[in-house]
Amino acid sequence: MTVTVYVPRDSSARAVGADEVAVALTAEAARRADDIRIVRNGSRGMLWLEPFVEVDVDGTRIGYGPVQAGDVAELLGAGLLSGADHPLKHGAVDELSWLSRQDRLMYARMGVIDPLDLSDYQAHGGLVGLRKAVAMSSQDVVDVVSASGLRGRGGAGFPAGRKWQTVLGAPGEPKYICCNADEGDSGTYADRMLMEGDPFTLLEGMTIAGLAVGATQGYIYLRSEYPDARDILGAAIDAAREFGWLGDDVLGSGKAFDVNIRMGAGAYICGEETSMLDSLEGKRGMVRAKPPLPALEGLFGKPTVVNNVLTLGSVPFVLAEGADAYASRGLDRSLGTQIFQLAGNIKQGGVVELGFGVTLRELVEDFGGGTASGRPIRAIQVGGPLGSYLTADQLDLPLEYETFAAAGAMVGHGGIVVHDDTVDMAQMARFAMEFCSEESCGKCTPCRVGSTRGVEVIDKITAGDDRTGNLTLLLDLCDVMTDGSLCAMGGLTPMPVRSALTKFPEDFGLTAQEVTS
Amino acid sequence: MGLVIQSYGTAVPQGGSPPFGAWYFDVKRLTLRQMTERSLSEIPGAAPHADAGPDAARVRAIAEARSGEPGPLMEILHDIQHDVGYLPPSTMPVLADVLNLSRAEVHGVVSFYSDFRISPPATITVAICRGEACQAVGAEALVDHAKTKLGVEVGEQSADGSVGLEQIFCFGNCALGPTATVAGRLRGRLTPASLDALIDEATPGARQ
Repeated sequence: MTVTVYVPRDSSARAVGADEVAVALTAEAARRADDIRIVRNGSRGMLWLEPFVEVDVDGTRIGYGPVQAGDVAELLGAGLLSGADHPLKHGAVDELSWLSRQDRLMYARMGVIDPLDLSDYQAHGGLVGLRKAVAMSSQDVVDVVSASGLRGRGGAGFPAGRKWQTVLGAPGEPKYICCNADEGDSGTYADRMLMEGDPFTLLEGMTIAGLAVGATQGYIYLRSEYPDARDILGAAIDAAREFGWLGDDVLGSGKAFDVNIRMGAGAYICGEETSMLDSLEGKRGMVRAKPPLPALEGLFGKPTVVNNVLTLGSVPFVLAEGADAYASRGLDRSLGTQIFQLAGNIKQGGVVELGFGVTLRELVEDFGGGTASGRPIRAIQVGGPLGSYLTADQLDLPLEYETFAAAGAMVGHGGIVVHDDTVDMAQMARFAMEFCSEESCGKCTPCRVGSTRGVEVIDKITAGDDRTGNLTLLLDLCDVMTDGSLCAMGGLTPMPVRSALTKFPEDFGLTAQEVTS
Repeated sequence: MGLVIQSYGTAVPQGGSPPFGAWYFDVKRLTLRQMTERSLSEIPGAAPHADAGPDAARVRAIAEARSGEPGPLMEILHDIQHDVGYLPPSTMPVLADVLNLSRAEVHGVVSFYSDFRISPPATITVAICRGEACQAVGAEALVDHAKTKLGVEVGEQSADGSVGLEQIFCFGNCALGPTATVAGRLRGRLTPASLDALIDEATPGARQ
């Protein structure tokens, strides 16, 4: 009997040897005359266990990890294919508490299915949302999304339904759906995992968005650092076209919708929506002034929905299960689930899908198991390079947009980067400015020049050159960047800088009193 | 602009009446694009629409294949770089011609994006992530190590072009850092020793 063995093709798994494991499994099974079928699935998101190999034993998937190619012969010899015991065995995957404690809606199929098998996708709930949307009016689809409370997952948290409503009502043809897959924030990788592990979910969300606002063309703006995602998405688009899903007649609805991928070229700023639109048009990725809103004058000057991968990826569940099912998760005005990504110096790094309101402590300690180094946590940056640094004293903050904003921080795209007590926070503040100077589009002066001056002033402070005078200058510079920048790049770079200064003044050779006075 | 005026020197009277009107009249008849082409024609090796090197025909074919798509410049640049390995400066006039853009516009796009290169890449490129998540597990030390190992600074390549070192901000491998690509292959959980092994494997015989 053929035994199915799952070896992830997620690029993180590949980066730590999944391909080599798949090759070794094929060779060793052939040598032993074991009859196996290898499926390259997405990652379950327990990245510290990658490469995480699963074996289907009578319908139950048994997990082993982290497996290296050199372990394969021994594992097969020990009875891997019958789920035998081994030091690398973790047991039935569905029962692992790290997974069973999660509330996987968008990530329900992640790691479960073959990412490019449309029948597998449908067998696990795929296309239910789109089939419902096909039978509904545009306004009804928008109303469901509005009622779900879904907010933009790219960081700003703007209500998706309101944006869709604006595009639906905007005059002008054609209209576009632009998926922002320029996931440049360090510490975030949930977009990448969805695109590699369950690409049809994104395409389904985009198609529903297209039907909802009357758009016929979608673009995925994908960063060039994700070549695996490009290949998998490209194959998924081909399969969806062949199936009669994408194209002139979406699932027999008589309505057209197609998707194309456009690649970025190594510019962080193109994750900013207006900069992304210029880049999609083949231009320099310069930030545009708003208004006009992209919803009214977006790609090629036409009404455009710009949504993050995770926003669009949430939509199929919302349509399939209803707005109430989605809105029953979450806290206050942050409804539904978020894919939280544990990164940096973390023992058990990976993705956790839970309703908003989960605390940092639950994520970092319960799921993450603390630091990888075993040293105490000193700083946690939430929300990417433009997010504030939090201290170990703030672990009880619930991850929710407004609570974080009130604490001077941001949830952003849900990335959580942990640093242990060896981190030099003055260097991290300097890096925030350096990164901004490296990646600024250059359109506005506070960002373009301010970031370079910021690096210089921090260097003077750490060198002990007129510390208090230069501190005043740095805080003043932060004010100018916050108030005077055109977009979030320059406007939010002061967040990590200020939070590092106020919470870790000793790293700058300053006292708490000097920083706050 | 000075070059434009010089190249139209015949329009300027030799003496007597002030030259401004004549220049202005002549320059005004030119489109911005023609002015750009005129001024560039004064620079050796930058003649417009001239033979753009051995790759000109290929570049033109690649560009024309997609010139009908909306806003295709970035896509075409990717295609050319994939095909040729980099974007030879001599291809810019060809792209400008095919897409009805000025060369300044093409150059502006090429120079904006860090992926686009106007010189050949090193045979082997080591690109190390310097994002915060990788920094939290030792990326900076790994960059320092690579500089010593390869004998080059970040953004440089060795004199013989065999190996280059670059910095990247995030490969999306943030739970399994430090991360780098060696010869295009993504690797995580790196240590100085494992990075050395990957480099040695990618450059057989070249380095000890």
